[in-house]
Parts: sequence; C-alpha cells; structure tokens
Amino acid sequence: MSLAELQHLTADRRGKPRLRSEERKEQRKLRRVSERDNKAAAIFLLPWLIGLAGLTVGPMLVSLYLAFTDYNLLQDANFTGFDNIVKMINDERLHQSLGVTFAYVLIGVPLQLVVALVLAMLLDRGMRGLSFYRSALYLPSLLGGSVAIAVLWRVIFGDDGLFNGLLAFFGVTGQNWISNPDTALSTIILLHIWQFGSPMVIFLAGLRQIPRQYYEAASIDGASAWRQFRSVTLPLLSPIVFFNLVLGIINAFQSFTQAFIVSGGTGGPADSTLFYTLYLYQEGFGSFLMGYASSLAWLLLVIIGAFTAVNFWAAKYWVFYDD
Amino acid sequence: MTTETADQPSLSPAPAPASSRTAPPVTGKPARTSLARAGKHVLMVAMVVIALYPVVWMAVSSLRPEGRIFTDTGILLDTFNPENYTNGWNALSHPFGTYLLNSAIVTLGSIIGNLVSCSMAAYAFARLSFRFRRTTFAIMLMSIMLPIHVVIVPQYVIFAQLGWINTFLPLIVPKFLAVDGFFVFLMVQFIRGLPRELDEAARIDGAGHARIFLQIILPLMKPALATAAIFTFIWTWGDFFTQLVFVTDPALYTVPVALRSFVDAQSQSSYGAMFAMNVVSLLPVLLAFAVGQRYLIRGIATTGMK
Repeated sequence: MSLAELQHLTADRRGKPRLRSEERKEQRKLRRVSERDNKAAAIFLLPWLIGLAGLTVGPMLVSLYLAFTDYNLLQDANFTGFDNIVKMINDERLHQSLGVTFAYVLIGVPLQLVVALVLAMLLDRGMRGLSFYRSALYLPSLLGGSVAIAVLWRVIFGDDGLFNGLLAFFGVTGQNWISNPDTALSTIILLHIWQFGSPMVIFLAGLRQIPRQYYEAASIDGASAWRQFRSVTLPLLSPIVFFNLVLGIINAFQSFTQAFIVSGGTGGPADSTLFYTLYLYQEGFGSFLMGYASSLAWLLLVIIGAFTAVNFWAAKYWVFYDD
Repeated sequence: MTTETADQPSLSPAPAPASSRTAPPVTGKPARTSLARAGKHVLMVAMVVIALYPVVWMAVSSLRPEGRIFTDTGILLDTFNPENYTNGWNALSHPFGTYLLNSAIVTLGSIIGNLVSCSMAAYAFARLSFRFRRTTFAIMLMSIMLPIHVVIVPQYVIFAQLGWINTFLPLIVPKFLAVDGFFVFLMVQFIRGLPRELDEAARIDGAGHARIFLQIILPLMKPALATAAIFTFIWTWGDFFTQLVFVTDPALYTVPVALRSFVDAQSQSSYGAMFAMNVVSLLPVLLAFAVGQRYLIRGIATTGMK
C-alpha cells in the first residue's frame, strides 16, 4: 500500500504543470536543499543501516553459506555441498514436522479468520457496549502468545484439567488431550483460534469503511441479509481478509512458543506437535547442528515465500479493489 | 459510534400514528429488532465468557488451596489463599522478583532502542529525499516479513564471539539498530500525515534536519511513539524464542524462560504456585492494555500488527 502511495507521490510531482518563474526558483531552491539530504539521510539511517548489514543481510548470507556446511558451533564449518539437502529429503522427523505445521497453518489460520469475521460482523451494527466487547474479545490475542497461557493450556487439557471437568459436567468422560497423539495438535490449533481478537479488530475497522448507502441500496433492491453479505460486505472487505490471511499464514508458520511449552520442548507425544520451528530449534540449539538448522531455516523461508506468492496470485480471483 | 445513533430512529415510534394502515409494520419491527438485539447481547456475553473463562479460572485457581485446582471448575472465589504466591515466588533458584527485574531491563531497553532508532529511520524515509530511498524503503518493508529463524544462527555466532551470550545485549542492542521494521513503517505512515508546511517553515527559519526532527516532528508524533512503545512492551515481555536462545544463565532468566523452567520442574504437584506466577507474569501486560488500549486498538486497526 505504502509503495503504491510513494509511486503516486512521485508521479504527481512529475505530472505537475509548468510553474511560474518565481515558483520555479523557489522549487529549485528547495530541491537544492533536498539534494543535500543525502548526508542527513545517512546519519538518520545509520542505526538502521548497521542493523541491516550486521543483523539481517550479513547473517542471511552467512546462514546461506552455513546451510551447505556441517557447522556445529564447536568445529569450523566444512563445505558439504548438497549433503544437507539429501539429509532433508530423507529426514522423517522433518517430514513429520512439515505435516504438523501445514495442518496447523491450513486449519488454524482460516478457522481463526472465520471466527474473527463472524464476530466482527455481529459487533459492527452499532451495538451498545461495542468497545467493551471489542476489548474483552481482544484480550486473548494479547495474552495468547505468552508462555503463561501455553502453560495454562497444558493444564486445562491435561488429565484432571478444566476441560475434562466441564465435560464431566455434561456426563462425558474425557481423556488426556495433551498426551494423546491424535488430539495434542488440536489443542494447539484451538489455542490459535482462541486468539481471534486481533483480526477481529482489523475487520471491524474495515467494516466501518464500507459506506452505509451500499446496504441501503441493496435492501431497497430486496437483497436478503445473506445476499448483502455475499455481494457487498465480502467483496469490499476482501482486501482486508487477504491482508489478514497473508500475515496470518506468515506468522503461523513461525509459531514456536505454544508447541514448545505444551509438549515440554519435545514436540511430542509421538512428534504430533513437532512444529517446524521447534524442530529447527532442537537441531540448531539442542544438537548444535547449526549447519543443518540453517538449511531448515532457508527451507522455511522458501515455503513461506511460496505460500505468500500463491496467495498473491490467487488474490486476482477473489480480492476486489474498489477503484 | 456514529452507526450507533444511526440505528436509534427505528426504536422511536412513527411520528404520525394517524395512518393506521402503516402502523402494524412500524410497531412490529422495533419489537423484533429489540429481541434480536437482546439475543445478540446474550451471544456476545457468551463469547466473552468463553474467551475469558480460562484466564479467569487460572486467576481464581491461583488463590485456591493446591488440592482444589483440579476439582473445581467454577470461577467463584470462596477462599482467599495467597500461599501459592509466596510459594511460587520462591520456587525456582532465584526469587521471582529477579526474573521480573530481568524482563523489565530487557523490555525497557527495547522500548528506548525502538523509539530512538525507528523514529530516526522513519524521519529519513518520510521526509528526506536521498538516493536509493525507494530501494531502501522496499528492503525495510521486506525485512518485516523475514523469519527470525533465518538469521538466528549467525546472530548467535556473532554474539557468542562478542562474548554477549548470557548478557542482555543480544536482546537489547538490535532494537537500537531498528531491526523491528514494523515500527519504522508505522512511524513513516504517521509522519507522512503531518503537514509539510511545518518543517518547511522551520527550514526557512534556518533549522537543520536535527532540529526539525527533534523539535517539530518528534513532539507531534507522540501517538505513534506511544503505539510503538506499547507494542514493544507487550512483544518483548512475552517474547520467548530469542530469550530462550540467548539467555541460559538462571540468574539472567527473563519471566517467560523462568515460567518454562516451572513446567520442567513440574514432577511434584505445585500447580498453584505455577498458576500464581503465571498470573504475576500477565499482570504487566494487562496493565499496559488498560493504560494504552486506545493506542493498541488504533495501532492494530491501521497497521494490522498483532
């Protein structure tokens, strides 16, 4: 959005009609001043440039090199060609972690957005107490990423946990949802969905931008509530849904804390909660196989990049821009 | 807020009840909508209860005797049992206050670092024209999307060589180098919204960029600074991954890392103590939310930050 804005600004400047001579003189003076900005910009951007070189671009290049080595922190790195890639192809725990992470991302992210959108729609129609509901429903997003809540989740879905207590209230016998490989991941997906508050707030802001006249016109034409949702709300909100989807997927691929805490750092039971980043952490900082961990990190970047690219490609078919 | 008033007229009866033919639909509609409205409130209250129940239950349970945590699913507090808090405070190798202090140091350092470095970068991107501005800005935007995992191994090696492992420096110094592009972006957007006439007037009066930045832009961008400060606070306070990687000395544990070691030492049943410290760890976040809610909600709505 901001890039487009920037282009818009520069295009404006180019397209300006000829100015009267004094204005041009003034303009030239300003431009002369602004040409001197190079030096000022270097000073203002110095911290960022150091960070970019020393903490981002430099480490990325090093990481790319390490990805093709057997570096393990204790010994010097040896270039091993495609050994790490071959290892990845045959690494069953990696495949398991990919499966777990895909399931988490592809189930958790859309479900969370659906819940967020439904609640935002319910809240939008000028409800009394809207700001209270919004704040209360936002709270889980604020707290949900913390270690404390992950610890709580572990207890809630444990043997004698709150969840089983509530089930017993309805006469259902529960189980230990955390130590069962079939259900452990579901509890973490639920934890993700529970944090629907922040996309909800973004949706609410988006819904407020939709002109009311559109709905009035639609209802005069006899459109039902569902039809109004399909034909007015959804198209006009689609850029925001898209934005939430892209960011949600990027973030979900990097989820770490929840799986780490709920599984006690193991990714268990039976690797059923072995998130990708958790596996990366185990390899890099548990076994100190930092060369291999770098390969894993780059694979993650490629996967996230691919998902984002597909998202942008698919956007053509369903994201509606009103201009 | 304006929509709220827009809905009101439908509640008031029709001004001219003389035409009896139109009366039934007019009186019928408010009854239905007010019922629907009540139903919606019931639904929303139910959602709020579901959303907050786990947290409230934990807070209440932390004040219950140990044995009742697993038998009582309710959230009515009939006993007041602060023992869990004293037990939890002293359960680990250091008193919990140490971890709180460590987290406070890291968080405060991060806030100062982000405010200084990101606002400087943002001023350059928003107000200065320089070579490669568009390229560098695009790079900055892309860096927002970069997973930390891609750079964490080399960063670890760099910090290890500098002797910074088991200090707070790997957690604080990067913030002074504007690595959180999100905040640069947020501040750029904000500065662009400020009228340029202000700095042009100052420039004609002979002010340089340093003065324009410090005396004109910075005071005007307080809302953006507040948003960045609150988000930095919440993210740093809750950050687990980098703190887990860079801090391994128990004396330097931050709150999230300390809570994690609670889980590891969980063989004996001390859930009450663990819950108590969980609650303690969440209190500053709740406080920040209460104080800065306005900035938070606005920040999320405008930039889509979490």
